[in-house]
Parts: sequence; structure tokens; C-alpha cells
Amino acid sequence: MSSNRQAGETSRLRAPLFFAIMAALILLEGFTSGWNSALGILNMGLLSAIMALGVNMQWGYAGLFNAGAMGFLALGGLAPVLISMPPTPGAFSGGGPGIMAAFFVAIVAVLAAVWIWRNLRGKTRGLAVTAVLIVGFFTYRWLFDPAVEVIEAINPSAQGNLGGLGLPTLISWPVGAVLAAGAAWLVGKTALGLRSDYLAIATLGIAEIIVAILKNEQWLDRGVLNVNGIPRPWPVPYEIDLQNSPDFVAQMQAWGLDPQLGSTIVVKLAFLVLFVIVILALIWLTEMSLKSPWGRMMRAIRDNEISAAAMGKNVTRRHLQIFVLGSAVIGLAGAMMISLDGQMTPTSYNPLRYTFLILVMVIVGGSGNNWGSILGGVLIWYVWVKAGDWGPDIMGALAAPFPDGGLKDHLIQSAPHMRMLVMGIILLMVLRFSPRGLLPEK
Amino acid sequence: MELINALVAVTNYVIIPATAYGAQLALGALGVTLIYSILRFSNFAHGDTMAFGTGVVILITWGFQAMGISFGPLPTALLALPFGIAVTAALMLGTDKVVYQYYRKVRAAPVVMVMVSVGVMFVMNALTRFLIGVDQINFDDGTRFVINARQWRDMTGLHEPLTLRSTQVITVVTAIITVAALFWFLGKTRTGKSMRAFSDNEDLALLSGIDPNKVVAVTWIITGALATIAGTLYGLDKSFKAFTYFQLLLPIFASAIVGGIGNPVGAIAGGFVISFSEVGLTYAWKKVATYLVPSWEPDGLVQLLSTDYKYAVSFTILILVLIFKPTGLFKGKIV
Repeated sequence: MSSNRQAGETSRLRAPLFFAIMAALILLEGFTSGWNSALGILNMGLLSAIMALGVNMQWGYAGLFNAGAMGFLALGGLAPVLISMPPTPGAFSGGGPGIMAAFFVAIVAVLAAVWIWRNLRGKTRGLAVTAVLIVGFFTYRWLFDPAVEVIEAINPSAQGNLGGLGLPTLISWPVGAVLAAGAAWLVGKTALGLRSDYLAIATLGIAEIIVAILKNEQWLDRGVLNVNGIPRPWPVPYEIDLQNSPDFVAQMQAWGLDPQLGSTIVVKLAFLVLFVIVILALIWLTEMSLKSPWGRMMRAIRDNEISAAAMGKNVTRRHLQIFVLGSAVIGLAGAMMISLDGQMTPTSYNPLRYTFLILVMVIVGGSGNNWGSILGGVLIWYVWVKAGDWGPDIMGALAAPFPDGGLKDHLIQSAPHMRMLVMGIILLMVLRFSPRGLLPEK
Repeated sequence: MELINALVAVTNYVIIPATAYGAQLALGALGVTLIYSILRFSNFAHGDTMAFGTGVVILITWGFQAMGISFGPLPTALLALPFGIAVTAALMLGTDKVVYQYYRKVRAAPVVMVMVSVGVMFVMNALTRFLIGVDQINFDDGTRFVINARQWRDMTGLHEPLTLRSTQVITVVTAIITVAALFWFLGKTRTGKSMRAFSDNEDLALLSGIDPNKVVAVTWIITGALATIAGTLYGLDKSFKAFTYFQLLLPIFASAIVGGIGNPVGAIAGGFVISFSEVGLTYAWKKVATYLVPSWEPDGLVQLLSTDYKYAVSFTILILVLIFKPTGLFKGKIV
């Protein structure tokens, strides 16, 4: 990797050119399939770009392979549920103390086990640690299970979960980042400093577990029953309010637009403005930090760990730091995505879409380049959506020479899977022929 | 008597399923560990390779069934297995030629190789989906049971049932044959020895005239075979679903690391450690508890973890090993 990181002689026009192509594709989509669809792709593309920014911090600045972006994204998505949903009456007073006590017991047991491990020697150590953990686990379950039953019994058809704090949605975004950062710290603390691909395997695992928790812990987020109606962030209006407002309808009619279509477009534009503000803030922060001594140190570590360590830099510590920061950005994106969707559906988290596709975005955009991540995020999302749309047509054309029947039907039916193939080929091509991506790092 | 019933219950619900699952994991982990020790990267495409191999075996099985060929009481898939292995091994060799060879030549960092294997994973995933779709498929057409619950009751007179499914026996027997063949190959043949030499010290092996291309090619063929066998056995025992195979990646990696990555014996031991912990911790012990302590009527299922969290078990063991013994139970390599 270090051999192809030198500053290249790329044209200054490269970045504006690619962003112009991206804008043209979105405009084309607007003119051909309508602005609703174009804005939908752009919004989700920008969210993917934020995820890509987080993964880029880990992979691009530090060479850390996070194979669990999905997990941090899902954990961030829990924040809007816990912060901005209205509280469930009676849930917290009924089950709250039990759950808090259970978590307290769990934390105390783990801390006690760690303390014993550090301070005892000999054979008693292993036995004592095991005993503390077993007692701790059973006490935890003894406190936890009845509390969960109480909460899940409250109005199970609509609630049955702890509910939120009823605070504004914008507050939940940074909270999502903090949740993801906490999980990342736990994983990074154990898996960093060992072989480089152990982190990949550990993150792969934590992602599966976080999603399993979200699917099964009904008291937390209703599990597979989904949480609906998550409030929107502050300036974004609701379509129905706009359609009921005479001023808005009059304005739309003055512009010759259908008020219903107009309201959805206005809502999407409002989200777009919020997302762009967040992206610009993130880019400004990351660019400033990359230009600072800290950023130079990070790149020095990435390019040659041994010489950086010889200069007295604590490589593992810095890796942990960047891993936590990157995961926080992914968590932020997760919280934003849930507020955009307005619902939490744990079954929709798929590692190919939310972990590996984001890696493709980072690498295609240009590892280590923040603008590259933005470009890669929107562009790859566009291709992903479009490959799903075009797949059947392309497959139909390809299958045309075959006689009608089993094989032809099979080929046409499997066309939606085309996007996987397209993504794999794009990733392999970029890694092979242009490892620095569309917008190489300066 | 109650003690025997408790033992039967444990055998029926924990020991037999965990042994079969452990054998499947061990074969998967052997593939991962071989790639790791010869090519020196963690192959993220392994789960999808297993899915692809199994998909091919299923298609050939259907072909045989259509032609009226069957394997008596054994599942037809076992007849199709050699053909599936051939197709998968050919795909592995092709992938190596088109994709991995270049990165070996430029001596890319291991983490770049991992990223490349993610690209291969996408392509394999798509190929499997084109081939066979995303639905759940049952392709076991052999005799279902070696011992079923009634035979067991007639045989022993115990009221606690015990069943032994034929796929479980087939899994264990096939795994033993495969592992024995693999160890014979690695230990006794010239190519196998050169593979071990290559894995221990690449430069020294090259210096002594070992042909790296041959070593790599043989490694891919063996990996393709192991992946296909592991995938087919898992599919026969449970059922085939492409996404499940992707998710198997975590317990497989955990097995390889727990045993000591790069160490074949470790991969097998690791497979059984993971499978027994997973099944043991997610089994509802209520029945066994009531046999052992007749006066006690537990109100719950006495289940330590719900089965939805089985991946948490592999993950926890993985983390514990990483903290306390990063080289694994049997000494693996650290590159």
C-alpha cells in the first residue's frame, strides 16, 4: 500500500469534473424519472457519503479494515428511538429500575473479574474470575428477565418497549455517534495491536451481534416489530401539514405544481439541506485535522508503522483513536438515516449493503481523500440503485437469443442480483488498475 | 435411571448436533487456515465459496434425480459432490489467475489482499445467486434416520427419546475421511511437504527450488474441495441458504483463530470448541435439570442465551482468545 501513496500528478480539474458528472447524473435522473426519485437517490447517496467518510477515516487515514460498519450504523440508529420517541407510560417506572440494576450488576461483575485477574496470582485466579462471572451472569438474568417482562407487557401492539425521552431528534444524532464510539472502543481495545485482519474479523462479529440485539430485544426497540413514526428533525416539515396549509397549496399552484408532489419535494429538500450542512462540517473538521500535526502523524503511521513507532508514536493508541472517531461518524450517519426513514427496521440491516458497499464507495472514491468519499458515496449509490433498475433490461437483452423456457426465465428472474456482480467487478477493477481511486489523496 | 435419561437428553440435544456442526466448522476453518498459511491473508470470500460449491452440487443433484440416478439410502448429493468440487476448484484457479496472482507479484500488504477478497466475495455472491437464487433449499433425499425415536424406545425402553439423523453420521464420516486424506497429503506427499515448507518459510522454500505456482494452485484446489464438502454437509444437515453461508464466516474465522490460525490441527480443535460452546450455551437445559433435580421445577427454560445470539458465543470466545492467547490454543502463526 505504501508504495502507491506518493503524491501523484493528477490534474486540478479532476475533482470538479467528477463532481460535475455526478451532478449531471442526478439532473438526468430528475428530468427522466422525476425530481422525487432524483432527490431520494441524492439524499441516500449523501448519507452513504457520511458513512464513507467514517470508513475512510479508518481505512484511508490509518489502513484499518472495519468489516462491521453495519453494526455501528445500526447502533447509531438506536439513538433516535431512545432519545426522540415519546416515552412509553409506565415502562420506565415499571421495568427501568430492574434493567438499570441488571446492567449495574453486569458492569460490577466484569470490573471485579478484571480486578481479580490483575491482582491475584496462581490457580485461584482462574477459578475466582469464573466464579465472579457466573454469579454475576445469574444475578443479571434474575434482575433483567422480570423487568423485561413488565416492559413488554405494556400495550404490546403499539409499544411494549422502553420508549424514548421525547427530546428533539437533532439531539439524537450526536448521541448515535457516542453509542457507536462506545462499541468501537470496546472492540478496538481488544482487537487492535494484533494482526491487521483480526480487527476485520472482530468487527464482522460485533456487527452481527448488534443487529441480533436490535432484532431480539423487544423491550429496547420492539425488535422485528419495528418502531414507526420516529419524529423528524427540527426544520423538516411533514407532508400532511404542508398539504393542509392553504399558503403552501396556493404557492405550489402559483408555480404550477401539484401540492402533493410539491410537499414531498420540499421535505426531501429540507433533509438535503441538513445533510449538506453535516457533510460540510465533517469535511471541514477532518480536513483541518488532517492538515494538523495529528493528521501528519496518522499518515506517517499508516505509511510506515515501524518507523513511526521508532519516533516514539504509540501506534496502537492512535489506531484506537481513529477507529473510535471513524465509527462515531458511522453512528451519526446511522442516526440520520433512521430520522430520514422515520422508522427503525432491524431486519433491513444487510452487511453487503451497509458494510461492504461502503468500502467500495471509499475505495472507488479514493482512499484517504474526503472529497473522494463524498463522490464515491453518491456515485456508487447511484450505480447500486440503477443496477437494480437496469438489471432486468440488460438481462432481457442478453437472454434474448435463448429459446423461451426455463433457462431464459431463470436468467431474467435472477437479474436483480446483477448489482452484486457490478459492485464486485467495480471494486476489483479499481483495486487492480487504479488503487488510488477516482480522486487520489493529495 | 433419571441420570441415564439426563445423559440421553444431553447426547440427543447437545453432543450429537454439536459434533456434526463442529465437523462442518472444522472443514470450513481448514480452508481458511490453508489460504492463510500459504497465501497469507484472511479470505473473506470463503463463506460465499462454500455457498457456490454447494449450489453447484445441488444443481448436479437435481440433474441426477431427473435422470433417475440415486445413491440408495445415501443422499444423491454425495454422488454429485466430486463434480461440485471440480467446478469449484476450477473457479478458484480461475479467480487466482485473474485476481490474486497480480497482488502476489507486487507483494501487496495482507490487508489489501483482504480487501481484494471482499471484491471476490461480491462476485461469488452474485454467481451463487444467479446459479440458484436466494431461497432456502432442502436437497437431502436419503434415508432420514439411522435411529429414530421409536426404534430407540424399543431398543432401550427409556422414555427420553434419542434420534440420530443419517446426515449427522454422514457429516462425521465424510469429515474424518477428508481430514485423514488432507493430513496424509500434507505429511506424506512431495507436494504436501513443499506446501508446508512454503508455509513455514517462503524464501527458504523458493531457494530450495519449490515451484510457488504449483503450491498456490494446489492450495486453491484443496480449498475449493474443502469449501464444497463443508458447504454440502452443512446444507444436507440443515438446509441451503446463500446468506446463512455468508454468516458462517464468523464462526469459521473464530474456529481458525481459536485453534491457532495457520495450524490445521488447531482449525479442527477450534471448530469443535466453537460448536460445543454455541450449542451448549444456547440449549434449554430445563429437561436435563428436571431429571437431575427431580424436586426442582424451573420456571424458565434454563437457557443461558437465546439461539438468536449464537454468533455472540463465537464472538466472545474469539475476543477471549485474542486477549489471553492471541496465537490460539495450538501455536499458530503471527505475521
